[in-house]
Amino acid sequence: MRVQLREIAFARSGDKGDTANIGLVAFRPSIYPVLVQEVTAERVKQHFDGICKGEVERFELPNLRALNFLLHRSLGGGGTVSLMLDAQGKTFATALLRMEIDVSDELLDRDADRPGRPPAEQA
Amino acid sequence: MDRKKNPVEPTGEQPVTSSERDGPGGGGPSPREGDPRGWRPPASPGAPSFDMGTGAAVLDAPDETTLDPATEEALEAASDPSEKVVRIGSGQGFWGDWQEAPKLQVRTGAIDYLMLDYLAEITMSIMQKQRERSPEAGYARDFVQLMVDLAPDLVDRGVRVVSNAGGVNPVGCREALGLALASVDLPRPLRVAVVRGDDIMGRLDEFIDGGHALSHMETGEPLSTVRDRVASANVYLGAEPIVRALEQGADIVITGRSTDTALTYAPLIHEFGWAADDWDLLASGVVAGHINECGCQATGGNSLVDWRQIDLTVPGYPIIEARGDGTFVVTKHAALGGRVTWETVTEQLVYEMGDPEEYITPDVVADFSTIELQDMGEDRVKVRGVRGRARTDKLKVSIAYSDGFKAVGTLTYAWPDAYEKAARGNEVLRGRLEYLGLEFDEVRTEYIGAGACHGALAGPPLDELPEVTLRVGVRDADRATVAAFTREMAPLILAGPPTVTGFAGGRPRVQDVVAYWPALIDRGAVETGVTVDTVEL
Repeated sequence: MRVQLREIAFARSGDKGDTANIGLVAFRPSIYPVLVQEVTAERVKQHFDGICKGEVERFELPNLRALNFLLHRSLGGGGTVSLMLDAQGKTFATALLRMEIDVSDELLDRDADRPGRPPAEQA
Repeated sequence: MDRKKNPVEPTGEQPVTSSERDGPGGGGPSPREGDPRGWRPPASPGAPSFDMGTGAAVLDAPDETTLDPATEEALEAASDPSEKVVRIGSGQGFWGDWQEAPKLQVRTGAIDYLMLDYLAEITMSIMQKQRERSPEAGYARDFVQLMVDLAPDLVDRGVRVVSNAGGVNPVGCREALGLALASVDLPRPLRVAVVRGDDIMGRLDEFIDGGHALSHMETGEPLSTVRDRVASANVYLGAEPIVRALEQGADIVITGRSTDTALTYAPLIHEFGWAADDWDLLASGVVAGHINECGCQATGGNSLVDWRQIDLTVPGYPIIEARGDGTFVVTKHAALGGRVTWETVTEQLVYEMGDPEEYITPDVVADFSTIELQDMGEDRVKVRGVRGRARTDKLKVSIAYSDGFKAVGTLTYAWPDAYEKAARGNEVLRGRLEYLGLEFDEVRTEYIGAGACHGALAGPPLDELPEVTLRVGVRDADRATVAAFTREMAPLILAGPPTVTGFAGGRPRVQDVVAYWPALIDRGAVETGVTVDTVEL
């Protein structure tokens, strides 16, 4: 089934100069390998087409079931130089969570009662 | 109690001891228990634990059985209550953070140290500008009033303060504190230490002449290309001078550009006597520091998970309960709002992360891929397993330099066709800038309410948006050119698309752009210049 990342993961983003970082964390351990397989550096670069003007680097943190992405040249020069409203990349986290990936129905069923899903879907 | 209407009073008269707080029922109702949807068990025994050390089975095991009994026993043993515990409370995550937080941190329950982080990458340059205008300025002024307010509590409770509030003028900061404390009646004087030697502005030419290029860490350009525009240059100092200050008996340690994390782990080195080459212990301290350094961001602030359920009206900021073996628990005062779970802590751990295996500090290279978290429930998350490697022979330098001028103006357009009107306003403005022959290094247009944050990912602007704010920014090396732009926003009100508002602020302000130049320098070139002295105030 195709799902938005926000249904299976959460994230926080920040900045280092002109580079935005996004930490993407799986709600459940069983989802982490899916993130590793699906949310590649290439896909993230493609997702942020027009926003990220440099390379995307990815680091794996299985201990935190997290992936860390560095999006180079994404903040209009960064810091005080940038003219962007979001010069510190604070909203990049949820921009990534818009991405849709394929997850097996079996894995999703196990996640049905987990926190972090939009309340409307909790029913 | 309805926290929204009756914020938690600082319970200065009734300090909560650690035994009371840790005991049964001492924590009060957890915010989670009131979770209307019941997403979480009250004490979250089944909160996901992802200790990779227990093997790959963890990945697919149901949450309730992620720890085998042997591991649980080992954890129990590691939590021997007779073992020495040092509590480092975080009180400020940046210059401008909530002033009540450090007071609540000291007065609501037991902590041993209060760490206050005021410095972001460009804060030093702002302080440098203040100092140029007024030689006694250049530090976080609100720190002085905060210390005056807290001084009796610090003496009474034996809480020591470690802060980088000194900015570019730690000595001036202490002098101001001395004057302010003169009117405070204290049972004993406070010993206040100042760390100096991070400011290398006066030695830049000496370094460049001596073969230190101070090249930009990302672009590789040598500093000489912007040398005449440099406004401030400070080395990130580590824990050593802070430890020296604590050894001198300082109640308050004021530093300039210390690393944010050192403010938390220097007290741990002092208390536990960790060796300067015990890389794993130091790396644990760095992780603790990283969790503390952004204040409420580790205790539910800016947290995505369950944000609706977290009461942030009067939040508790993070407290690190550390043990000599490098393990620690992240928690907060139970009487305050906020939340500590594996999610809130994990979000902070990945915040502003680079290569997780190479978290470089002046004292150690920490490996964040070794961190093991365990959510114990009741706003307690245990951290262990952190590994580190030998420190490098370089120190990072934070350099700020003038890089032209910028201005940003906004106007808000109302329904109907709000986005279309804003876009037309932008066309008119751009046309006029061209008509006037104005050219800029950069012009940027964003539509707040219609994709300013997520761009094309947000999808096409909706026809029925109630309002859209046109936001136009320009940047240029020439101040007059930027100033000319600031005169072109307001005319759009009468000579532009209809139903426009939001101009009460007047013309946009021309701002100096101070850019950041990160560089490395040989440790030996600067460390000898670091001094620590403590006086009684």
